[in-house]
Amino acid sequence: MPKIKLNLISGRTIQQGVSMEGGKEKPAYREACGIIEMDPADVKRLGIWVPANVRVTSPYGSVVVKAINATMGPHPGVAFIPMGPWANQVVDPNTYSTGMPTFKGTPVEVEPAEMEKVLGSIELVQSTTRKGVVK
Amino acid sequence: MTKLVTDVICPFCGTLCDDLEIEVSDDGKKVTGVYNACAIGAEKFLHSAAADRVTRPRMQQADGSYKEVSYDEAVEYAARVLANAKKPLMYGWSSTSCEAQSKGHEIAELVGAVVDNTATVCHGSTLIALQDVGIPSCTLGEIKNRADRILFWGCNPAHAHPRHMSRYSIFPRGFFTGKGHKGRKMIVVDPRVTDTAKLADVHLQVEQGRDYELLSALRVAIRGNKLPDVVAGIRKERIYEAADLLKSGRFGIIFFGMGVTQSLGKNHNIDEAIMLTKDLNDYTKFSIMAMRGHYNVTGSGEVLGWQYGYPFCVDLSRGFARYNPGETSSNDLLVRGEVDAVFVIGSDPGAHFPISSVRKIAELPSVAVDPHITPTTEISKLHVPVAFVGVEVAGCCYRMDNVPIESRKVVEPPEGMLTDEEFLERVLQRVKELKAEQGAAAAAAKGKVTA
Ligand code: SF4
Repeated sequence: MPKIKLNLISGRTIQQGVSMEGGKEKPAYREACGIIEMDPADVKRLGIWVPANVRVTSPYGSVVVKAINATMGPHPGVAFIPMGPWANQVVDPNTYSTGMPTFKGTPVEVEPAEMEKVLGSIELVQSTTRKGVVK
Repeated sequence: MTKLVTDVICPFCGTLCDDLEIEVSDDGKKVTGVYNACAIGAEKFLHSAAADRVTRPRMQQADGSYKEVSYDEAVEYAARVLANAKKPLMYGWSSTSCEAQSKGHEIAELVGAVVDNTATVCHGSTLIALQDVGIPSCTLGEIKNRADRILFWGCNPAHAHPRHMSRYSIFPRGFFTGKGHKGRKMIVVDPRVTDTAKLADVHLQVEQGRDYELLSALRVAIRGNKLPDVVAGIRKERIYEAADLLKSGRFGIIFFGMGVTQSLGKNHNIDEAIMLTKDLNDYTKFSIMAMRGHYNVTGSGEVLGWQYGYPFCVDLSRGFARYNPGETSSNDLLVRGEVDAVFVIGSDPGAHFPISSVRKIAELPSVAVDPHITPTTEISKLHVPVAFVGVEVAGCCYRMDNVPIESRKVVEPPEGMLTDEEFLERVLQRVKELKAEQGAAAAAAKGKVTA
């Protein structure tokens, strides 16, 4: 399986804001934030046809999201997951004595994950935080 | 028949637009239409009328499911969790009114809590920087009326503050800016070609995480000193060009966001941005302002500031106020396991904290006060739904430029639902009783020992 290394950032999008206010338990929130925006050059390197599910892994965690072409590119080498529970599965929690986790600039590996599912926000957070619940 | 309520404040982002028009049903109970708001603001008002809204508190059961409980039971549980904890974390506050914040702080003092707001994951580094070096700032009205050089650094208002550009920064015609956007120059610094960057006269596509270098290079360029060929992925000619553009204005402003606060360097990036502003004042008038996210995160900083002298992560566990970001800040406390209960109000750490912190919240006794269902409410032991501030209850909020604005009530909350302030008041009263009992029990035990 091919795997590529990218620099991950997160942040707001208008769809993130609208779907969040519409209800984080709704599928629209997953559709808006359970995605990774990748530069077309990186999509090509990975050898996938977007949209396609991918697994994003960092030293801090791993999550399945849907890869799409960057809407605000080009930015080869940089990947973007809208702020929310999906991005937060993999971001760098270190605050380096400032209180602020390092939400932007996490090194990640991305690989195809066609057979895996993008979880809804509640399911995702419950399954990764509750003891005894298998992921 | 419906009626139209005018001059309504939008309680979503720090722009705090004050010109919304809301159409409500004749009985004043339901929002039926929203005018003038952006898509996010409109959704916020409309969601208050959602049919599937939770209207009663819910407790988590042993199997992870939730069972409806009364507000009395919810008050009792929340008060006990707080009164019995050694060092509870009381987090959030950014989506509620200053009145509720102040009430919550009374509880925090009594129970020796750490009070932290969402700045801890958004502009906390900014607050550290402005305490270190000060901040030359202004109001959004001054920008509308005077600013002809607008620099957006690491922020994307087209998505995060959708009406900021049309109401204040780029498009409006003001007293000295009669030509609107034609008389203004817009510069955007961002590693992506954002929808804001697409509108700019100049876009500097900085290499991610190299903000400090580029800020320093601009300071060098402004003084006309020599630069290496490329800094932070940008050719020096473009940096000189941008520096000249900034210097040539009559009134400039730097707006900055998460691109600067959340990248490595954190508060030092902002130190440098403030110093750039200071340098620019040698040539023209320049200001700098943080693009604050939640509609009342600024208010939370203000209320904490008046009461304890610090704008976020205030530790009251020793009976006096301590402040040390990195030590008394939410994520550090959670990851290091230094708090033994979590009370969340007006925010959603379950969605917006790194998962390592969320895991800790799920393990601890926890209360989430929120009108919505969120990842936080679904991992907390108790979820208390409340009325929407700015929709169903009025209250004071602070805009991103530190201007207080009174939000308005436009509709009635669902029957029997408490507001944040009412819930906090009831918890406060119960905590007082519990603390008195604890005090009496401790005194009796001491008496026994000495006797
Ligand atoms: S820009 Fe912000 S305050 Fe204005 S309507 Fe949109 S969400 Fe509300």
